[in-house]
Amino acid sequence: MVRYLIKKLITLFLLLFLVSITVFSVLFVLPGDPAQIMLGINATPETLANLRAELGLDKPFFIQYLNWITNLLTGKGSQSINYKMPVYDLIVSRLAVTGPLALMAMFFAVILSLPFGIYAARHQNQPGDVMVMFFTQLGLATPEFWLGILLMLLLSVQFGWFSAGGFPGWSADFSGSVKSLILPAFALGVIRASILTRLTRSSMLEVLREDYVRTAWAKGLKERTVVYVHALRNALIPVLTIMGLQLGQLLAGAIIIENVYYLPGLGRLVFNAIGQRDLPVVRDVVLFMAAAVVMVNFIVDLTYAYIDPRIQIK
Amino acid sequence: MKRFFGNLNFTVGFILSAVVVVVAAISLIWTPYDGNKMNPRERLQGPTWSHPLGTDQYGRDTLSRVMTGAVNSIIVGLVTVAIGLTIGVLLGLASAYYGKLVDESIMRLSDLLFGFPAVLTAILITSILGASMINAMLAIGIFYIPVFARLTRAVAMTVWEREFIAAARASGISEWSITWRHVVPNILSPLLIQGTIQFAVAILAEAGLSYLGLGTQPPTASWGRMLNEAQTFMSMSSWMAIFPGVAIAWAVLGFNLLGDGLRDTLDPRMVRVR
Repeated sequence: MVRYLIKKLITLFLLLFLVSITVFSVLFVLPGDPAQIMLGINATPETLANLRAELGLDKPFFIQYLNWITNLLTGKGSQSINYKMPVYDLIVSRLAVTGPLALMAMFFAVILSLPFGIYAARHQNQPGDVMVMFFTQLGLATPEFWLGILLMLLLSVQFGWFSAGGFPGWSADFSGSVKSLILPAFALGVIRASILTRLTRSSMLEVLREDYVRTAWAKGLKERTVVYVHALRNALIPVLTIMGLQLGQLLAGAIIIENVYYLPGLGRLVFNAIGQRDLPVVRDVVLFMAAAVVMVNFIVDLTYAYIDPRIQIK
Repeated sequence: MKRFFGNLNFTVGFILSAVVVVVAAISLIWTPYDGNKMNPRERLQGPTWSHPLGTDQYGRDTLSRVMTGAVNSIIVGLVTVAIGLTIGVLLGLASAYYGKLVDESIMRLSDLLFGFPAVLTAILITSILGASMINAMLAIGIFYIPVFARLTRAVAMTVWEREFIAAARASGISEWSITWRHVVPNILSPLLIQGTIQFAVAILAEAGLSYLGLGTQPPTASWGRMLNEAQTFMSMSSWMAIFPGVAIAWAVLGFNLLGDGLRDTLDPRMVRVR
């Protein structure tokens, strides 16, 4: 396990380095001069040159990259051009929306997918299974932002049960904040539930055919014990892996739904920052999101290897 | 043909996707109204006999716009899959043939691309290159390259090990010739299956980018853009938010099922690569 861990850690650092250099290079070619944006169109060439020198924008590519990474690693971080505050603080405040949103979405995905997946596997090729599979296909085909709009249309506009977007803030109105995340989280969760239901079903079907499950049946154990104690525990291993990956993607990929519901999350922050050419924000948030995905994948890999030692050998 | 239509997924998928293709084809020569023509007197109408799917905030006929939106979606699907296929297959073939350093570099590059959040990177690319349908297709297509490269590599590696390749080599055929005449024809089935599935994913992705205003630009009709506009007028006309979404779900469901059906009939053992 230690050798496997070291190997994985080296790959992780290499991947993070490549991610950081890619993010930096891509944004290096982004049109728009941060100094010009900060000073406006009436700035004189001298003041522009001074600010460029102050921000280190006149330095060569690699020096700028090194400065950026050193600032990040020493905790100095960058300063947002538009918000006039450290990007680190912005990320923390926006993560307070995106983090709970991602967790709530996963909660909906799990409570929907596990019962339906198990039910479909237990009733393979019966009408109930066909119905579940049909709805998962429908879920896979539905754009999450459209589902978000439909939920808003029905439950906010028609019935007035939820607000049609916005976020009051955790300290200002806790229950209102939870309520404002329910619909977007449900829209995100339903789509992910479709994938997880199909996976739970196929994984359960595979495990239910295993010899040890047959032995459990032969011992005369109750159906509940065989399915939920013996089979489910092993069937859940691949499901947990995908859940982990989905959580990582949700931290980075809730941009569209955050825009549908006007949620001040990480996705909306970076989306607006791209439009405003607020390069320090874009660079740090993109790196944070990509690093989050890479880190979650790393944790999933380790957990998987811990649960199933055969992975380490492969 | 009987083998394909005996499969429920294929049959339903074929019918749903055929409807999209036929509607798109018809819209090239005829639509009930000019989809871009504004008519303020008939704005925000619900379904009526003259406008079966209603009208938008400018009084434009929704049915005509949904129909022309289908052309847009098909072009996006075709171009993105073509980008992924062309470059991905070449990289995958090179990876499988040369192995070692070439293989390692190509695979690590695709790992890197997979590590990036897809939606975010597509937004970045369209922001750098400018918001347009072409750039949106490019942004989506880039993400397809590693998908097809990995698939091609995996299948081609098994083909290179087969006996008929050894026989071809023994008969003195050049490696280049073996690749195109023996390896490529043997990897077409999985590529066709994956291509159909990625076609569906592209429709969803483009709709998302257009919803954010980064894909197809007005006045060209795009299902994602129509949903964006619908949200603004949701309280006045809920119909606007229904039909473009139904069109997206219909098309994606159709091509997804078609891909599943092809997989069931052509290669039941194939693992779905996403």
